[in-house]
Amino acid sequence: MIYLQLFWSFVQIGLFSIGGGYAAIPLIQAQVVDHHTWLTMSEFTDLVTIAEMTPGPIAVNSATFVGIQIAGLPGAVIATLGCILPSLIIVSVLAYIYFRYKKLTVLQSILASLRPAVVALIASAGLSILAQVSFGEAGMALRELNWIGFGLFACAFFVLRKWKLNPIMVMSACGIINLVLGLAL
Amino acid sequence: MKEHISKPKLLRKLFFTMLYISSFTFGGGFVIVTFMKRKFVDELHWIDDQEMLDLTALAQSSPGAIAVNAAILVGWHVAGFWGMVFAVLGTIIPPMVVLSVISFFYAAFATNPYVALVLKGMQSGVAAVILDVVFSLGKGVVKSKSWLYLSVMAAAFVATFFFDVNVVYVILAAAVIGIASAVWEHRKEGETK
Repeated sequence: MIYLQLFWSFVQIGLFSIGGGYAAIPLIQAQVVDHHTWLTMSEFTDLVTIAEMTPGPIAVNSATFVGIQIAGLPGAVIATLGCILPSLIIVSVLAYIYFRYKKLTVLQSILASLRPAVVALIASAGLSILAQVSFGEAGMALRELNWIGFGLFACAFFVLRKWKLNPIMVMSACGIINLVLGLAL
Repeated sequence: MKEHISKPKLLRKLFFTMLYISSFTFGGGFVIVTFMKRKFVDELHWIDDQEMLDLTALAQSSPGAIAVNAAILVGWHVAGFWGMVFAVLGTIIPPMVVLSVISFFYAAFATNPYVALVLKGMQSGVAAVILDVVFSLGKGVVKSKSWLYLSVMAAAFVATFFFDVNVVYVILAAAVIGIASAVWEHRKEGETK
């Protein structure tokens, strides 16, 4: 039963994440945190962090991670199969059409109006991670604000926008600074 | 070029090439597509430039991970069905192995106070990385100056962030709007002709 739930959840993630890795984040959050409560928001944020630091698509990374936490190695394999199954079918059909007709216009016009929606979804997922970093699992009261967490975010955001530094470097620097501050304070 | 080597050899080459590329690409689908272009177009000459551009567009506009989609397309193109199977396996095995190892140690890992501090700090970084991506992508939408796209973006944000509307419905609604606007543009063009 749990295998079927895992499989079906990741089929939905694979089917509806259009436009690359970041687009999968809100869908994974919806399935894994909000709907099935397989992970807490804090564990999910760890997962996104780990996925950013390791090779491979975030959907495959998440499927393996969640699968193992919930149902061991078979769970990981089933969840991964679930998340690539929609691609296997849809992309194969599109590949057939493409090699036959070499035209993609309708697809591109659908994509054009999906993009703004996907940007909004990623924004929403990013803000819930920011809330998790700044306030933890508790509510959003100002006296609960974790100043170090929020400060690190603000600095990281600033250097990323201003100098376009490598994200992995920026994340590693945040980790090290937090460790040093944590040991010093 | 690919006609000159036997099929098992071709499949093996495809599998190990994808395995290698997938093991060393950090940071999302676009990076892997760049590596694939360098290998399959510039080095092996299995695919030409224009085809690679089209395959990238297809991989991006289809559901699912860009890396997996690109592997499916290149696999089919180079060696048919089995090519697709081996290319996809090569792509998903490295992340599966890495994440399996991490998952097994995660419980011990995350409760270690030093690791927890590092992870906690990195979470701030990840929030910044994601919102940085949002600003870059959002800038394109704002620059388009299309009221339709701007409204879709605003409505999608309000729906998910404030009203917890299911992400799937938001995507379906945006797709329907996309189809409707394509049909409308098509009609308009028909009338002016």
